[in-house]
Amino acid sequence: MRKSIKAAALSAPLLLAATAPAMAQSVDERVNELFASSTGWFVNLIFSPFPGTSFPWIVAWLVIAATVFTIYFGLIQFRAFPHSISLVKGDYSDPNDAGEVSHFQALATALSGTVGLGNIAGVAVAVGIGGPGATFWMILAGLMGMASKFTECTLGVKYRNEFADGHVSGGPMYYMTKGFAERGLPMGKVLAVLFSVFCILGALGGGNMFQANQAHAQISGVVGEYPGWITGVVFAAVVFAVIVGGLKSIARVTEKVVPFMGIMYVAAAIVILGMNADKIGWAFGQIFEGAFTGLGIAGGMVGALIQGFKRAAFSNEAGVGSAAIAHSAVRTKEPITEGFVSLLEPFIDTVVICTMTALVIIITGQLIQDPNTGLYLLDEGASTIQTVDGNKGVALTSAAFSSAFGWFQYVLALAVILFAFSTMISWSYYGLKAWTFLFGEGEITELVFKVIFCIFVVIGAAANLGPVIDFSDAAIFAMAVVNIIALYFLMPIVKKELNSYMSRLKSGEIRKYS
Amino acid sequence: MSNKIVLGYDDSEAAKSALAFSVSLAKAQGAELVIVHVLEWSPYSFLTPEEIEQRHKRREEELKRAEDALLAPVRKSLEGEGVTVLTELKYGHIAETLIDVIKAHGASHLIIGRTGHSALSSRLFGSVAGSLAQAAPVPVTIVP
Repeated sequence: MRKSIKAAALSAPLLLAATAPAMAQSVDERVNELFASSTGWFVNLIFSPFPGTSFPWIVAWLVIAATVFTIYFGLIQFRAFPHSISLVKGDYSDPNDAGEVSHFQALATALSGTVGLGNIAGVAVAVGIGGPGATFWMILAGLMGMASKFTECTLGVKYRNEFADGHVSGGPMYYMTKGFAERGLPMGKVLAVLFSVFCILGALGGGNMFQANQAHAQISGVVGEYPGWITGVVFAAVVFAVIVGGLKSIARVTEKVVPFMGIMYVAAAIVILGMNADKIGWAFGQIFEGAFTGLGIAGGMVGALIQGFKRAAFSNEAGVGSAAIAHSAVRTKEPITEGFVSLLEPFIDTVVICTMTALVIIITGQLIQDPNTGLYLLDEGASTIQTVDGNKGVALTSAAFSSAFGWFQYVLALAVILFAFSTMISWSYYGLKAWTFLFGEGEITELVFKVIFCIFVVIGAAANLGPVIDFSDAAIFAMAVVNIIALYFLMPIVKKELNSYMSRLKSGEIRKYS
Repeated sequence: MSNKIVLGYDDSEAAKSALAFSVSLAKAQGAELVIVHVLEWSPYSFLTPEEIEQRHKRREEELKRAEDALLAPVRKSLEGEGVTVLTELKYGHIAETLIDVIKAHGASHLIIGRTGHSALSSRLFGSVAGSLAQAAPVPVTIVP
């Protein structure tokens, strides 16, 4: 496949000059076909339903895990919520540790890796297929996912590797090897290797191709159709400059602009909701009704549930293990504090931002309802809901926001590009950590991964949304399969940490500095 | 009441004048001199994953550099002056951190050099000297 891309990249400018879009389009098509045919089996395996039903086992796997952690840690996401906010504010930070990475910084960096297209495009996919009811399940999945995130991030910090030169590597592969060894359990190494393989695939899929694909969809929505590989080559060049060329300035600018884009996105959503304040009650009504009846969507209530849970997991990555890599580099005496901080992530990402997107899409009337029955009309394939202009994915969100402010599509296009870019940078880091776990740290091995990563940017931009989103989901959920097995075995360790910390917090041994 | 003077110190010319001034003042009053260098730092800034990974290492390098290039030479130059000198190296917002140090030592006087910011940048961001003059709990001397 790499060969064909290279050939495409070399010959394409000539083709474009000579015969034009038709030929170039066929390059996209070839990439797409090759991609779909070579990844189909993997997608089918991950998303295969329980025999005799249409319910994918992987969705049950995530829901059960989040429920188990929620119960096992006694609703930690609600109990520890105020304390988590205090930690982020720095109330418990020793002033003598100033200059180290703060809890706020760790959270902000992890968030800029997760807040992104999942919140804009993923939600649109969820309500586009599952109807408004998908939002309910998405919020529920977000709330429960907070417990999964808490568990994995605590372990990530506890079992990270600190190297002699002071740099730190952590993540599921390290708690799988070290944590399992500590508990005298076998198979830790096997899980770690499996996780690393899936993490690399996830980095190339959801962390890369899906981003490139949707960034292209967004740009071509604004400037008009043109072949995807062109966007791919430009993106790949910039990503290459940052991760291989060490061009920190671009990364630094992105890291600074992304949070403001996020705030602006939420602000715009709030304004639109304010303008339609009279419909908010109706929208929540649709969400609740749809959650339990499906309102006529394909697959009914189960369809809404599957979409909601799938897209929530894809957006906030709870249980996937990526956040454990992101949070593990923080220096803290108490690994559990990083767990507390990380549980805010699914809350901000899913419960707040994803819900905003869904509400705006519903309230602005993008999904077409039968005026008589109130049921949603399906398009020809009967797989998605009819939308005003036949929009799907990020285009649906864009249409919803633009229906209130025409200029917002340009802001959104910029936001999508920046989100896509920052997510790519974050995932290139996660992928790299998995890669170096497998192949060892070293400049050449790292370079090989980075170059592969850039090649996949081009493939992602050229392929169609369908196969890309399937593969992205499959790879990321495959990470969750392995990670959650490890979390089950290691959760007693987290419980011990939690009990010890809570008793010291109660006794006043751990107290606020200011 | 303890007699301590806090000096906010960096590598500027004004800070060197402030140092000379505070040494003579400390001698005259028989006061202890607390020399503080603050490394500007906000826990609310944004970092990339690589920056987070490298932060601990960088922090140690920054501390060592400031100690070797700024504080150690100052302590050496003041040996034999007959003044008790303490040095402190802190991370944080410059004005807030200096105020914290004043409180921690129960100092009675703050001396700082006037930094030569352009009119525009001080208007936009405020000057350290200006905000200390406003907010410090003790008399402040600003040395040009």
